[in-house]
Amino acid sequence: MSYVLIIGAKSDIAKATAREYAKHGYDLYLAARNVSELEEFVNDITVRTQRTVKPVELDILNYESHQSFYDQLGEKPLGVISAIGYLGDQDKAQSDFSEAKLIMDSNYTGVVSLFNIIADDFEKRRSGFIVGISSVAGDRGRKSNYIYGSAKAALTAYLSGLRNRLYDSRVHVMTVKPGFVATKMTEGMELPKKLTAQPEEVAEDIYKAQQKNKNVLYTKWMWHWVMLIIKAIPEWKFKGISI
Amino acid sequence: MSLMSWGMYPKIKSSVFSYDNEKVLKQIIEEHDELIPYGNGRSYGDSALGANIVNVKPHDYFIDFNEKSGLLHVQAGVLLSEILESFVPRGWFLKVTPGTKFITVGGAIASDVHGKNHHVEGCFSECVKEFTIMTTDGEVVTCSKEAPPELFRATCGGMGLTGVILDAKIYLKKINSKYIDQTTIKTNNLKETFAAFEEYKALPYSVAWIDCLAKSDEIGKCLLMAGDFKDDGKLDYKKKGKLSIPFNFPSFALNNWSVRAFNWLYYGKVKERVSKQKVDIDTFFYPLDAIGHWNRIYGKNGFTQYQFILPKYASYQGLEEILKAISDSGKGSFLAVLKLYGKANENYLSFPIEGYSLALDFKIEKGLFELLDRLDEIVVQYKGRIYLTKDVRVSKETFEKGYPQIEIFRQYRKENKMDTKFQSLQSKRVGI
Repeated sequence: MSYVLIIGAKSDIAKATAREYAKHGYDLYLAARNVSELEEFVNDITVRTQRTVKPVELDILNYESHQSFYDQLGEKPLGVISAIGYLGDQDKAQSDFSEAKLIMDSNYTGVVSLFNIIADDFEKRRSGFIVGISSVAGDRGRKSNYIYGSAKAALTAYLSGLRNRLYDSRVHVMTVKPGFVATKMTEGMELPKKLTAQPEEVAEDIYKAQQKNKNVLYTKWMWHWVMLIIKAIPEWKFKGISI
Repeated sequence: MSLMSWGMYPKIKSSVFSYDNEKVLKQIIEEHDELIPYGNGRSYGDSALGANIVNVKPHDYFIDFNEKSGLLHVQAGVLLSEILESFVPRGWFLKVTPGTKFITVGGAIASDVHGKNHHVEGCFSECVKEFTIMTTDGEVVTCSKEAPPELFRATCGGMGLTGVILDAKIYLKKINSKYIDQTTIKTNNLKETFAAFEEYKALPYSVAWIDCLAKSDEIGKCLLMAGDFKDDGKLDYKKKGKLSIPFNFPSFALNNWSVRAFNWLYYGKVKERVSKQKVDIDTFFYPLDAIGHWNRIYGKNGFTQYQFILPKYASYQGLEEILKAISDSGKGSFLAVLKLYGKANENYLSFPIEGYSLALDFKIEKGLFELLDRLDEIVVQYKGRIYLTKDVRVSKETFEKGYPQIEIFRQYRKENKMDTKFQSLQSKRVGI
């Protein structure tokens, strides 16, 4: 079977997603910076599933390299999944623009640069799927993480536009909005158990939803309702509360 | 962080230590005492609970598999369920598996778990070629049955008290079907149950469900399920969707009457004395895994499993006495599982000895621990022992009497300075 390209492959969600796709018979390109660190993980999937797994070096912030990154992939992927996420330090980002920029570039600009290239190719060949992992944090800005949230909001809007553009070419675009997920990124935070997903659950949700060509996926599912409520709070009220 | 095991009792606050590599783990071990490795939290009691938890589960890489010998090399945090998902479709199964697949390989070694085929294949340690373990001084030791034998015997069944297992090489067994030919034998009393175990001894897998509320001459009536893998080449094993208990049931949901009703239905649905079924791996080996969080049916106070084993010569008399004591107490056990075990191994604290073992689930409630203390007396009287992996309350005295190699284990821990370094609530309670 053909390859799925996973961007930001070192994250816990990406790893779980990689295992999920390999389990269902897909071969994988795993793209990340310092990709040699993924050696043991590549071996893990190979032993588990006997699929072909190829690590590929990618620096999402080096926009000029993206075209050549994509060109070097011998067999072009069937679909692409971006699991890039950089939460950053909100406090620092408020006073130090370089941190704010890093958050925006990692979560948004870099993904746009790469997805533009891939979208052109998929559009031409009239097949493929594009999955972008955004966040519920992008649904409404909150003081605790609004720099990150704004970058994810931009990504959500980008994916929605891309879905619209590629509809006629039969290329499917899916936006994933995870709520709390127990990963390295959230380690040490006290998260409410009922609302917190394991990376494996998120991966399973992504696989199933992508196979069904879902447009927007909240995971866990109840986040859909949680965010409906949060979005429904009027701004005059919302601005005064801490959540 | 707030932690508990499968029994949801006790709930404790612990410090949790995670490690990215051996260097970090070494540092954790050097800097802290009272450490205890924690896998998937599926032992029932307090054997993986303590002041300082070492979080092993994230270490879940598969490392190598040899198609010829069936030797699988994995990190200690890999779940048995993950092994099944990858290898049943390729015609391999675990040589030894307990009644849940949601445990880590490290935990399987530390509890030296056993399954329905104990009378044929023995404990989990039988399929372990070797493992690596980080012990007291942060040294990584590769350990097999041959070398160093003391560390192997202390670690297999040693409840995590010798160090942190990093990875293991285990042998899988070849199968040619995901289905099992199951024979169900319905018996009317303990005598018939014992006879049925002997009659079906040749089949590699067997276990009996006992109605422990049965009274007088019906005491010990059971459904014995025995079987072996089919040979039909059907191996398309997939992870099943599962039901989940979303919240704790009110603690009165399970009472004498509801358990009685369940037992009546369960036992009553089988009509013939001997019947045959074709069941799949999950139904046969892991019936309870199909229901997520099934521990919640016991309510928020949690539950415990009381599992003991009696030497074969004393099993009949002892079991009769124990079943009578339970029946008289009126405390229902939803699940009462009886099995005939094979020979004991050489590991210092492995649970199995040749004889009959009974496992009973009880919700934690007033009067329960008094009943279990009473059962302890009978177990001790008949030279039996208690299974640490399920235990949350046994006394030091009762525990010691059941395990003749206890002093060797204690001495070994002391000599290697493991006794202060690795401790759990359970190890402190029973003094190991």
